Amino acid sequence: MTTASALTFKRQHRVLPGFGLSLGVSLTFISLVLLLPLTSLVGQLSNLSLSQYWFLITDPRIVASYSVTVGAAAVACVFNAGFGLLMAWVLVRYDFPGKRLVDALMDLPFALPTAVAGITLATLYSSNGWIGSLLEPTGLSIAYTWVGIALAMAFTSIPFVVRTVQPVLEDLPVEIDEAAVSLGAKDGHAFRRVILPHLWPALLTGTGLAFVRSLGEFGAVIFIAGGKPYETEITSLMIFVRLQEYDYAGASAVASIVLATSLLLLLIINLWQGRFIKRLHGGRG
Amino acid sequence: MVRFLASVSAVALSLSLVAAPAQAEGQSRELLNTSYDIARELFADINPKFIAWWQAEQGETVSVKQSHGGSSTQARSIMQGLRADVVTFNQVTDVNVLAEAGLVANDWQAQYPNNASPYYSTTAFLVRKGNPKNIESWDDLAADGVELVFPNPKTSGNGRYTYLAAWGYADRAFGGDEAQIEAFMKDFLGNVEVFDTGGRGATTTFVERGIGDVLITFESEVNNIRNEYGVDDYEVVVPPVSILAEFPVAVVEDYAERNGNLDLARGYLDYLYTVEAQRLLAGYNYRVNDAGVAAEFSDRFPQAELLRVEDVFGSWPQAMQTHFANGAKLDQLQRR
Repeated sequence: MTTASALTFKRQHRVLPGFGLSLGVSLTFISLVLLLPLTSLVGQLSNLSLSQYWFLITDPRIVASYSVTVGAAAVACVFNAGFGLLMAWVLVRYDFPGKRLVDALMDLPFALPTAVAGITLATLYSSNGWIGSLLEPTGLSIAYTWVGIALAMAFTSIPFVVRTVQPVLEDLPVEIDEAAVSLGAKDGHAFRRVILPHLWPALLTGTGLAFVRSLGEFGAVIFIAGGKPYETEITSLMIFVRLQEYDYAGASAVASIVLATSLLLLLIINLWQGRFIKRLHGGRG
Repeated sequence: MVRFLASVSAVALSLSLVAAPAQAEGQSRELLNTSYDIARELFADINPKFIAWWQAEQGETVSVKQSHGGSSTQARSIMQGLRADVVTFNQVTDVNVLAEAGLVANDWQAQYPNNASPYYSTTAFLVRKGNPKNIESWDDLAADGVELVFPNPKTSGNGRYTYLAAWGYADRAFGGDEAQIEAFMKDFLGNVEVFDTGGRGATTTFVERGIGDVLITFESEVNNIRNEYGVDDYEVVVPPVSILAEFPVAVVEDYAERNGNLDLARGYLDYLYTVEAQRLLAGYNYRVNDAGVAAEFSDRFPQAELLRVEDVFGSWPQAMQTHFANGAKLDQLQRR
């Protein structure tokens, strides 16, 4: 039985030429596009001793930029998790005129040059801007504070949440909601106990991706950040500053922190998601 | 096999036939000028005039391409292989970096008049209509409650000039007393509302977003903004003491030679010193050295004492090291 299935596996015709060839090609391109640049980044670091490296990455001003960046990214993510879920829900479960347009608009932050987004946001939210001038009497200023940074990050990363949650929600038939409600669950209850458990992995992945994206965002944020030392300087600006000083090693050192954090987060998300799906499907991966 | 060879040679033959006439006619030479961000319009104006001048002098039609970006970014691109023939920067240090890399001659500052700076400017203030905070000099900028906008000295040459001008002024005002100078600089830097990465960003912040009481930038830019956004809404203040901002030019000899453009590159820089070009530059509110042109435009440029970086700070590399390097004076002044 086992030998038979192994044989059929071997003889099976596939759409793409053989496993060996396609894997080889994929790995080559991964190396060229991803690994090679990363290796050269790490290569820059090899000019540094460990204590130099430590000194570069623990500069108080850079440490301050970490907390600004991470804090703003966290706020942006929490916002996106809620708003993105709502957006995906509306797009999947309701029909309304202009739905396709809203659906297409969701991808705009991906397509729009981030600098354009940054300038637009700064224009809108600065004290003489359209929204900023309305908020000014309330004492809430957005542009050139870290709220502005979080706003720009939320803007550029919202599609991650919507586009990861949307397909999962589409796979969940409306009958599930109806069954839950007909069995006596109130609206909120059905959502929490029946729908949300299925969405968790996707929601978490989307939010995690949004967070990672926000950590490295430069173009959109830089125009609204204000760049005040210790207050509104983001980490990618510090990398840019090091480059302006022709300090490649310093820039790579700071970049490596962002890179390591991002990689670690992505890994954790993947592992966690794998376990979650297993549990959800009763052990069938 | 024979057929394969035949077709290959046929292709090769036809290619050489296509290529040959193009070479015989002699393609027009193309010069690449690499410059700083806000000089885009300036060189867009200068280039056609230069082309006509070269045509008249040498009887050759050439074309000029422009590349603009932050001065340091441009220098980095050239080191990484952007084959520019000439650089027209706003920072001596960025040309020095190229000289260190062996792309520009070591004595580049001696190759053209006025330290290889065909035009210069200084740092000036743009204030809002009626000068409500009564800004006259650097003193007023360190006062309580004055909000400043100028680009980050870490990322912008423009910002570095502003910092050095303020320091130079304080150095003079406090007779070189380091503690007092630093206290003044702390107040001055503490008044900054927004640190943009470049000059144009700072302009946008001040003009479009309405942030700050004073925009500090090159005198040339200040005047251009005023012309662009309304002469009546802003006032220009040129402080009595400020800094001499030279705009260095140099031939990137290594690349120019390989591009076969050495003479053209030199001609381009020579042209910037001609009366015609100097008049154009003055029209863009840059100060020029040509005495006749300077007299012609004298009403545009108020008298001010312009401090030389070399006189106050020793040299550019020294100023960079003591003030702008990682952990140096600027970082210390901004430390919490």
